Amino acid sequence: MDLKELYRDVILDHNKRPRNFGTLAGSAARADGHNPLCGDRLTVTLRLDGERIEDIRFEGKGCAISTASASLMTEAVKGKDRAAVHMLFGQVHDLLTRADAPAPEALGKLAALSGVREFPARVKCASLCWHTLNAALEEGAATVSTE
Amino acid sequence: MAANPALLSPPAFDVERVRRDFPILGTHVNGHPLVYLDSAASSQRPWPVIRAVEAYETRSHANVHRGVHALSQAATAAFEGARERVRRFINARSVREVIFVRGTTEGINLVAQSYARPRFKAGDEILISALEHHADIVPWQLVCEQTGAVLKVAPINRRGELEFEEFLRLLSPRTRLVGVAHVSNALGTVLPVKRIIEAAHAAGAVVLIDGAQAVPHTPVDVAALGADFYAFSAHKLYGPTGIGVLYAREELLQAMPPWQGGGDMILTVSFEKSTWNELPYKFEAGTPNISGAVGLAAAIDYVEALGLPAIAAHEDRLLRRATAALAQMPDIELIGTAAHKASVLSFTMKDVHPHDLGTILDAEGVAVRTGHHCAMPVMTFFGIPATARASFACYNTDADVDALVAALKRAREVFH
Repeated sequence: MDLKELYRDVILDHNKRPRNFGTLAGSAARADGHNPLCGDRLTVTLRLDGERIEDIRFEGKGCAISTASASLMTEAVKGKDRAAVHMLFGQVHDLLTRADAPAPEALGKLAALSGVREFPARVKCASLCWHTLNAALEEGAATVSTE
Repeated sequence: MAANPALLSPPAFDVERVRRDFPILGTHVNGHPLVYLDSAASSQRPWPVIRAVEAYETRSHANVHRGVHALSQAATAAFEGARERVRRFINARSVREVIFVRGTTEGINLVAQSYARPRFKAGDEILISALEHHADIVPWQLVCEQTGAVLKVAPINRRGELEFEEFLRLLSPRTRLVGVAHVSNALGTVLPVKRIIEAAHAAGAVVLIDGAQAVPHTPVDVAALGADFYAFSAHKLYGPTGIGVLYAREELLQAMPPWQGGGDMILTVSFEKSTWNELPYKFEAGTPNISGAVGLAAAIDYVEALGLPAIAAHEDRLLRRATAALAQMPDIELIGTAAHKASVLSFTMKDVHPHDLGTILDAEGVAVRTGHHCAMPVMTFFGIPATARASFACYNTDADVDALVAALKRAREVFH
């Protein structure tokens, strides 16, 4: 169990200085995510241009893993269309849960989350933002929960 | 004849001998010797408890109160012997006042559904404190939904102490029941339960005490306290999970309808009408957790042999040592600084979420609880999502406290 594998510099950096932090005003789609186990809450707002995520923000309070994961996610999905986001979510999910999954190149900086899979109790921290993003992409999204 | 000094002062608490009774303390976690500071969530079991359960399972098991065969009688004797052991432990007047339940939570739910629900009317009030565990909040909310009763909450101050004057102000002729923790699981605060009970009785309310966090740390005498209901769990008292006790005054139990129906709780059953068994069996439908009760009795024997006052003094010394050490760390904030505390040290570290803290401490072999401790309103009151909580038991040492402090310094390094 190597803490450095979990708390890589990229993770610590995105925790300390989360990117795309805040909310999008106006006609943005929005969803709230909640992890009742640790009390993490986050809100994802995004603006779609057709099928493409034109802009995205997240806001909330959570552990380093959930904050960094959300920050990395916003960077990764901005400009991508739904289908690409859906595929990326699948790849992140495999990265977090499958011991043998090599990080595909398409993941880019998201590969820094691979250390999470050694810490099963923390997988939900990393995946909360993705579930919330999915909810925001669906119409009439309400609060999602990891439980 | 000169006085024997050994008789004048109690023997020193021999924590190393105590530790040898707990096999799990010899294990390693993530390459480090286990430092177990999560006993407020669940304590570990000593050999006498493990062996008592094993002896029961290997030599005495059958169903209770049913068979005429030898094993059923042995199992019944063990189960009812455990009930008598509990009665003596808490000084109940009769074994009829000792109901075996799954744990504190089930005990409170039993009172909520069998005592409160049939009696309470719209406008009646249930008064709890702001530091309660969810198990002493949600069952009352259910009763309020079912009856129209109203839940009132007595506030706490920034140290995590009950505002007693406010509590008194909220007591009224409408107050039917007061439910409070004896010791707060999230903050460690010891509540003035005797004064609470006296005030509630003067107002005509009955009192339920959630004793889950108190029973491992202080002798409890339900008769001296005057409690109407007192619930606790075995697994926080070095006993098994899935077994606990609801103490209730006999006249209250007599007037309460059964909570669950089934075998063992009946005298006669016909399709037209069934009649209820006598106390305590009226409240124990179905085959009970027999081995759990046996383990609980062994756990009570164990703590009483060590001496609860000696255990409490040992834990209090550890709590004071840890509190002093953490107070030296500028980025640590202690949550819960009541004048009267037991065993629990809740805290946060600046810029490090408790969940990250828990993972880093675990990597160092230090087990603490992180989260809201099933007391979300307490977290909301302090404006935090969660805390890390170290809790001390009879088997913890100064070295455990030092390991906690070292692991916290390690966390600071990771999140430099």
